[in-house]
Amino acid sequence: MRPITSLRRHRVAGYAVVLLGLVGAGAAYTAVAGQPGTAAADASPVSRQQIAEGQALFARTCASCHGMHAQGISGVGPSLIGVGAAAVDFQVSTGRMPGKVTGAEMPPRPVVFSQTQIHALAAYVASLGGGPAIPSGDQVSPAGANLALGQQLFITNCAQCHNFSGAGGALTSGKFAPPLNHATPTQIYEAMQTGPEAMPVFSDTTITPAQKRDVIAYVTKVRGQPDPGGFSLGRVGPVTEGLVAFLGGIAVLIFAAMWITMKRRES
Amino acid sequence: MSTTEKALEGTGRFLDDRLHGASGLNRFLRKIFPDHWSFLLGEIALYTFIILLLTGTFLTLFFQPSMTEVTYHGVYTPLDGVRMSEAYSSTLNISFDVRGGLLMRQIHHWAALLFIGAIMVHMLRVFFTGAYRKPREFNWLIGIIIFSIAIFEGLFGYSLPDDLLSGTGLKITQGVLESFPIVGTYLSFFLFGGQFPGHDIIPRLYVIHVLIIPAVLLALIAAHVFLTFHLKHTQFPGKGRTNANVVGAPMYPYFMAKTGAFFFFIFAVLALLSTFAQINPIWLFGPYNPSAITAGSQPDFYMGALEGALRMMPNWVWNVAGHTFAFNEFIPALLPLGIIFGGGAMWPFIEQWVTGDRGEHHILDRPRNAPTRTGIGVAAVVFYGVIWLEGANDVIANHLDISLFLTTWIARITVIVGPIIAYWVTKRVCLGLQRKDAHLLEHGIETGIIRQLPNGAYVEATRPVSENDEAVLISRTGLPPLPAPAADEEVPAKSMRGGMGRMRLALNRVVTEGIAAPTGNGHGEEHANGHGEPAAISGQGDQGRDGQDSGSSS
Amino acid sequence: MSDMTEGPRDLPQGSDGEQDEGSRAPHRVIGTPPPAEARTLLASEQEPPQRPRIIVPTGPAAKRGERLVATFFLLSGLASIGFVASYVTLRPGSLVDTLRSNLTLGIAMSVAFGAIAIGAVLWLHLLMPKVEIPEDRHSIASSPAERAEFADTFAEGAERSGFVKRPLVRRSLLGASVLLGVAPLVVLRDLGPLPETKLRHTAWARGRRLLVLGPNTPIRPADFSSPGQMITVAPEGFEDNQDAMAKAATIIIKFRPGQLKPPTVMNWAVDNIVAYSKICTHVGCPVALYEQTTHRILCPCHQSTFDAARGAKVVFGPAPRALPQLPLGVDSEGFLISTNDYHVPVGPSFWELGGSGFSGGNEQS
Repeated sequence: MRPITSLRRHRVAGYAVVLLGLVGAGAAYTAVAGQPGTAAADASPVSRQQIAEGQALFARTCASCHGMHAQGISGVGPSLIGVGAAAVDFQVSTGRMPGKVTGAEMPPRPVVFSQTQIHALAAYVASLGGGPAIPSGDQVSPAGANLALGQQLFITNCAQCHNFSGAGGALTSGKFAPPLNHATPTQIYEAMQTGPEAMPVFSDTTITPAQKRDVIAYVTKVRGQPDPGGFSLGRVGPVTEGLVAFLGGIAVLIFAAMWITMKRRES
Repeated sequence: MSTTEKALEGTGRFLDDRLHGASGLNRFLRKIFPDHWSFLLGEIALYTFIILLLTGTFLTLFFQPSMTEVTYHGVYTPLDGVRMSEAYSSTLNISFDVRGGLLMRQIHHWAALLFIGAIMVHMLRVFFTGAYRKPREFNWLIGIIIFSIAIFEGLFGYSLPDDLLSGTGLKITQGVLESFPIVGTYLSFFLFGGQFPGHDIIPRLYVIHVLIIPAVLLALIAAHVFLTFHLKHTQFPGKGRTNANVVGAPMYPYFMAKTGAFFFFIFAVLALLSTFAQINPIWLFGPYNPSAITAGSQPDFYMGALEGALRMMPNWVWNVAGHTFAFNEFIPALLPLGIIFGGGAMWPFIEQWVTGDRGEHHILDRPRNAPTRTGIGVAAVVFYGVIWLEGANDVIANHLDISLFLTTWIARITVIVGPIIAYWVTKRVCLGLQRKDAHLLEHGIETGIIRQLPNGAYVEATRPVSENDEAVLISRTGLPPLPAPAADEEVPAKSMRGGMGRMRLALNRVVTEGIAAPTGNGHGEEHANGHGEPAAISGQGDQGRDGQDSGSSS
Repeated sequence: MSDMTEGPRDLPQGSDGEQDEGSRAPHRVIGTPPPAEARTLLASEQEPPQRPRIIVPTGPAAKRGERLVATFFLLSGLASIGFVASYVTLRPGSLVDTLRSNLTLGIAMSVAFGAIAIGAVLWLHLLMPKVEIPEDRHSIASSPAERAEFADTFAEGAERSGFVKRPLVRRSLLGASVLLGVAPLVVLRDLGPLPETKLRHTAWARGRRLLVLGPNTPIRPADFSSPGQMITVAPEGFEDNQDAMAKAATIIIKFRPGQLKPPTVMNWAVDNIVAYSKICTHVGCPVALYEQTTHRILCPCHQSTFDAARGAKVVFGPAPRALPQLPLGVDSEGFLISTNDYHVPVGPSFWELGGSGFSGGNEQS
């Protein structure tokens, strides 16, 4: 028998393969569930030239759905007059826009525009009238924020959809609340202010800019902190824990029991 | 030699003079245990329970079961200044201030999951091999009671830290309790000391969790282990193994080494899990707040079936004369687990009644040799599994990108259709395997060597199965027939009359469905009956029959 | 263990089957236990059983095995020392400190237990001879003679005590026992108050302001003017009262003109702002997953779904009735207030709820 064949026929070979598979799956899962860094975007003052640039960009990439003058096309894309710069920045900087197909839920895709282009687009849409502006760096900075109030606001207003640690969750009819792991403080602020897609609006009059900062501080603090008890298991609660209890606990102990009661090979 | 002897002489005499332990202990040390990995599954449950007692005791030294509100100013800064109960803040302190506290908490929680998981796997092993049969029915019932109590023990422990998830679990428990007809509202007010959440529930659950249920579990587990010892362990069929003996290695030193090693393995695996896999990070959940909720509000896995049943149930209620029957709450709370536990408890007796087999069984069935039982077992697993998965349907919907409502509809249909299909398929597979066994016995193992016969035909040479395999293959013994009418009468036997008798006969036909039992090995008849176990479908020497049994006991 | 060896043979590994000829007798166990014990302790009672031949693996393979096993045991000892070292040197505290402490303590503990486990199994497999011994089972049932004797004893006792012959004694004892068993149950009465009508009322009442939960600030309709807004509110004065909030938690939602449709009670809404109980009518989880595009409110616990534009009626899931609607008004300073308590009980069904609890927002007062 060739050595490899004899290895494969060894009585522990089966266990070894299953074990390797489990370890591999675990490693792959941890790699996928990793935590990304954060980046803050700063708004710059609006110039006439910027608006013109934005208009040109809009006509090329957005007008087919939202109309030549952002007035909206019935059944295809909503009017963008009055949505404000914050909404544009959120939608385009997260890759939700420009969308490929129309629907209630636009899945995030790779971002196609540079930050300058996005700000130009936002400036153009803002020039059409009203709407919240892109928050400044100071407005979203977590420095000096009240974490306790942020925790309370997050758990009463955000966690129901985005989960206790911002891992996201399911909504009705195939919609979902996205994880907050990749969102920049600016995007979180804009999302609260503009209520993209199914998300409700949390305007500055109900949750003040200072309180928004508290929420952002809590979210970014918690998502960036280490997990003192080991791997996080995705921070989605007891479901993955149950899975690990069976795959990493019971299954491993069954292998141990097989080894303990193994009969020696007859020689 | 002499050192061992001398060591024993002094202390041994001292103890035996006072305790008379030698003869009993001697029998104990020589007790024979059969060897199979699946016989160690119950030990996972036993040893995780011991680890739960050890780590739980450690936790009680630091945990404050109090719902008094405090403002947190500890080392976990994201919650600095948040108002919370003392129970929650002391759990934070155990995690971040007590050295080894987080490790103990995590071991305790992982051990709880493994305890109940091991009970489930152990019960499946016992069911599918028929180990619950006479004389072990009591132990099966004790096991079912342990299982059901363990679920409550887990739920109450999960509720103690007063974090957002545990408080949500308690709210659900309270909502369901409140829905019970007539007594529900009162039960809820008495348990919680008034309206939810009140200030009493955590101290009350604490005493139940650390004192009352552990004491009951300890007593039941002791009885369970004692009965296992007393009745001697069952064994799988094999060469030299009969219904009247038990073949294996003695307690001392073999079983002691095995079980000791296994205890250390279990502790090591729990320590590993608790080092590398974070469980129940209550600091992320935040303290309980009745107006807050998180996506993915899930219980621990053993409550998943209850959660799934609640999610799956249509919203039926019935209002009669100013009162509400909340079928949407108490039916899912009681019915699915009622079917599993109640059905499990009655099954050994139902099986005895249907088959008329009242004999003692110490040789385990191979699952294929009891196709109906195996089919029903797999159907129950599918039934439970569908409800259990529905308990995580939001996580499933989110990760598989399917609609939440669709998962519920799939579960509603599968929970009824799934078990039926599972039963049918399993039974066919079992019968197919029986056929394969019979073929093996009759024709031996195909060797892959093709020979040409003198007349020119080709045949594949076979070799007979090994003696041990043969003993396994002929272990299917068939069942004794139901009591037949006495030869001189036309009237059916007393136990076979009326509607119940007809039902019994019909069920018996289902249960005894199987291919003709194999009668012998292809290579010679003298081996087939070598162990005094004729393998015919008619009655067995050591299996009592209905008629005989009732005759002798009345 | 090596000093137990008898008649050493050149058998690197114990092998099955060769040592158990003639071992069918129940108490003739080959390979174990140390025969010394049997001889010493049983000497006064019976002849010592003939000592079986124990074949313990010897030779270089066994020697290697012995060293291997000892290595694992030593490793465990070292890990225990490491555990203590980690305990003394590393303190938990910040998350990183706790992580370090948990990691080192946990690894040391895993090795300390795991190495003993592995060592013991290697000992078993490499150094102990294999045995397979049959032991006879005894009948579980007692013999007929034993049963008869028991029945006699029992009958004798019953006769002596007169338990059967003196019905007065028997019945009075049974009666007293039942009463004695039931009487202490009354002390459980004080576990909690009676429900009375507590489940029918919440902390909301006429003129109570709505506070945004968290910052606990009152709110004007003008502050809540963008359609698609949703926020959790508490009755003023009860925002920190958990018992009250468990029933009184409420969400307010802002709609565009014309979006609200029956059975929403229109005159309980102010400026297209409508308030619903946040407590699910299924088992009482807070329902707050509001989708502003579909106007659905979803409960994350069991996925009951309510249509907020149509009186929060149930569109899917196990909840049996709509979320109760809170009648809203505006006070003299322009802040949102409740003009009354909920007209139907909030939260899950209970026995005393009755059909009137199902009339939802349609019931006008």
